[in-house]
Amino acid sequence: MYTETVRDYFLNPRNVGSLDHADGIGEVGNAKCGDVMKISIKVEDDRIADVRFETFGCAAAIASSSIATEMIKGKTLDEALKVTNKDVLDALGGLPAEKIHCSLLAEEGIRAAVEDYRSRMAERA
Amino acid sequence: MEQRRVYLDHSATTPVDDRVLEAMMPFFKVDFGNPNSIHAWGRRVREHVNGARERVASLLGAEPREIIFTGGGSEADNLAIKGAAFALKARGKHVITSAIEHHAVLDTVKWLGENGFDVTILPVDAQGMVSPETFRNSLREDTIFATVMYANNEVGTVQPIAELGAICRERGILFHTDAVQAAGHVPIDVRTLPVDMLTLSAHKMYGPKGVGALYVRRGVRIPPLVHGGGQEFGLRSGTENTAGIVGFGEAALLALDRFENGDDEKERFLRDKLIDGIQARIDAVLLTGHRTKRLPFHASVCIEHIEGEAMLLRLDAVGIGASSGSACTSGSLDPSHVLLAMGLSHVTAHGSLRLSLGKDTTEADIDYVLDALPPVVETLRAMSPFGRK
Repeated sequence: MYTETVRDYFLNPRNVGSLDHADGIGEVGNAKCGDVMKISIKVEDDRIADVRFETFGCAAAIASSSIATEMIKGKTLDEALKVTNKDVLDALGGLPAEKIHCSLLAEEGIRAAVEDYRSRMAERA
Repeated sequence: MEQRRVYLDHSATTPVDDRVLEAMMPFFKVDFGNPNSIHAWGRRVREHVNGARERVASLLGAEPREIIFTGGGSEADNLAIKGAAFALKARGKHVITSAIEHHAVLDTVKWLGENGFDVTILPVDAQGMVSPETFRNSLREDTIFATVMYANNEVGTVQPIAELGAICRERGILFHTDAVQAAGHVPIDVRTLPVDMLTLSAHKMYGPKGVGALYVRRGVRIPPLVHGGGQEFGLRSGTENTAGIVGFGEAALLALDRFENGDDEKERFLRDKLIDGIQARIDAVLLTGHRTKRLPFHASVCIEHIEGEAMLLRLDAVGIGASSGSACTSGSLDPSHVLLAMGLSHVTAHGSLRLSLGKDTTEADIDYVLDALPPVVETLRAMSPFGRK
C-alpha cells in the first residue's frame, strides 16, 4: 500500500528531533485522531537554515513530515509557505486515499512553524 | 543470513495444516463429483461431506445434524442473527449484543435495529468482560434473542458464556455465541454449554478460508439466508464447498488431537512469557483484555506514546507479522471499537499491538520478538513528541 519512497522515509527518517532554541515551532494535529506533528525551524536571513520534526502517528504521517522537512530546508519563508500537501504527495510518490490527510498535516505544520516564527518577530519588533 | 520470520497474527488467519491440505487435494480433481448427484461420483463425495460434518460436530460434542456448513464465520453469524430475528419476530422485537463483538455480529444486529427491532448493546468492563448481572438487567419481556461472542478477537478476553446462556435458558431467550476465535483453541462442549447456536470458522484453526459452520441446536428453527437447492438441511443452499468442508473436518480432528496432547498449555506458557517479557522490557505498556480469562494464544497490549500502524510496519521490516486496533490500520480516525468500549483513551488505543501465537510458534520465536520489539518502540518514541526523552 505504500510506495518505496514512503517506506524509505518511514524506516530511515531524515531530520528527526527538536531544535534547541528553535525560532519557530508548529504543532498540528490531534492525538485523539492519532496524528500529532511538531516542526521546529531555525531561521537565518529569512531562510530556513535548519528544521526538525517529531511525529506521533502512522508511517504516512512520519514519512510526510520527514520529507517535508527536506523540502523546506534552505528555502525562504515565503517559498516554504508555498509547499502544499500535493507537493508532499508528489515527492512521496503518492499515499493511499485514507492517508492523504497526513500530507495535509505536513503542509499545516510548516505553515504553523513559519507563523510562529513571524509572530515571535512581530512581538519583538 | 536470511532474516528470521515470525508470524504472530493467528487471530487473523492460520496456515493450513499439511494434513488438512492433503485431505483436501482429491476434491479438486479426483473426487470432483457434486455431492448432490445420485451417481457414484456424487455419492462418494457425499460420504466425505458427511464425514466432515461428523468431525466438526465431534469438536463441539454436537450431533452431525446440528452442523450447517456456510461460506465462513461472518455468514454463519448472519444466518444465526437474521434467522433468529425472523423466526421470533412474532414473539418480540428486543435483541441484545455486546459492544465488543466482531463487525459480522455488531453490524448485523445494528442492521436489525434499523429494520424494526430494538437493540441493546451491552457495555464491557476494563478487561473487556460482559457482566452477567448487567446482561440479566438488560432483559425485557419482549427480548427474543441475545448474541455475545465466546472470545474477543482483538483482546482475547473469554466471556462467561455458560452463565449468560443459562440466564437466557431460564427466560426462554434464544442465545448465540460467535466462537470463531475460540473454537479449536479451547474445549467447547455444547452438551453442557447452554447455547442454542454457535459460529465457527475453519481458517482460524488451521483449515482453509471460505468455509465456516453454524451449530444449531436440535429443535431450534430458523429460516435460511441463502435460498435455492435446499442443501445443508435447507439452511444454506448452494453446491457444497466440498474441498473446504473436508479440510474443515480434518482441522477439527487435529484440534481435538491438540487438546489431548496439551498443546494449548504450551501456547499458554509462551503467551505468558511474551506478555511478561514485554511488560518487563518496555515501560508504559498496558495489557489489554483479561489477564487469565483470555485465549491461550493471545497477547495484546497498548504501548503508550506511539501509534500502532507505525509499530507494525517496523516489526514487519524485521520479519514479524502482527496486527493492531490502531485507527491507521482501518482507514478511520477512530481506533478499535473494542478498545474504546473497554474505556481506553483514544491516544492509548492508537498504540495497540496484537500478537497471536500459533501451534508452530517456538520459544525462540518469542525470544526473537522480545529482543526486536523494544528497539522498535524506542525508535518510534524518540520520533514522537510524546516520547520519553
